[in-house]
Amino acid sequence: MDPLAAKYIGAGLAMLGMIGAGIGLGTMFGQYLNGALRNPSASAGERPMLFLGMALTEALGIFAFVVALLILFAA
Amino acid sequence: MADPMHQFEIQQVLELPAVAGFDLSITNSALWMIIAAASVTLFFAAASAKAAVVPGRLQSVGEMLYELIHNLTDSIIGHEGKKYFPFVFTLFAFILAMNLLGMVPYFFTSTSQLAVTATLGLLVIAVVIAVGFARNGLGFFKLFVPSGVPFFVLPLVVVIEVISFLVRPVTLALRLFGNMVGGHVVLKVFGGFVVSLGALGALGIVGALVTLTGTVAITALEFMVAFLQAFVFAVLACVYLNDVVNLHSH
Repeated sequence: MDPLAAKYIGAGLAMLGMIGAGIGLGTMFGQYLNGALRNPSASAGERPMLFLGMALTEALGIFAFVVALLILFAA
Repeated sequence: MADPMHQFEIQQVLELPAVAGFDLSITNSALWMIIAAASVTLFFAAASAKAAVVPGRLQSVGEMLYELIHNLTDSIIGHEGKKYFPFVFTLFAFILAMNLLGMVPYFFTSTSQLAVTATLGLLVIAVVIAVGFARNGLGFFKLFVPSGVPFFVLPLVVVIEVISFLVRPVTLALRLFGNMVGGHVVLKVFGGFVVSLGALGALGIVGALVTLTGTVAITALEFMVAFLQAFVFAVLACVYLNDVVNLHSH
């Protein structure tokens, strides 16, 4: 196989890691809405925790993105 | 289509002599960081210049940002959060200014440079370690030994805790960097679609209009991401500070 083609395929495959981040974010925001609609008065107080969870989950997806960038542009 | 990574290239703006082997030249990244710092200073100077009991528009925005971070330090760190408020607020305002300036076309996004975000991440963790040792002395290491863990799994837990602590600056840096780079690349690629579709004739122009609408929507989303990432950075700085400030209740 052409090494350049393998490089692009590899970068694409590396982005599959985003699937997990997507599932995680969907679950998290879904659960937050679930709780927030049951008890709207408590929702504002939990919003920082929502964003904290979002940041931690998203970071793992970003790792996949960084690996893809490394494959494409470094080395 | 234009190279979507071209916008992140570092260029020298002002050449300065090297000091002790370090190239101190002002690059476009450094220039926009200076502009960001200056605009934050100017904004808050202007917002608080004519302070009134009933705030005007500018003062309202300034107070909203202040209150946002003040509530954050208060709710996460507790009543001692006031001491760390200036640090967190400076971080927040600086990152927010860099992110928002980057949203203006042809302006450079300093936070899309890993060197910049890594410096900010290391700064946070250095402050956390310094505060940890200053407040708790060697008790700082209790951070890695959670209470209530059975004795025989403790070695494993300690190793995991140490690793998770050391990964913190890495995730702080990569999150900001990845979000800014990713967002700007997507914008550039979609903008490229508009141009290349529009060149295809009548049907292409219809497609280009759809893509253009998408680009506008993504631009709006990126403004939200720019704010959210600055906020998330501030939240995480607070959480990490809280770990060492309230170590006894850990």
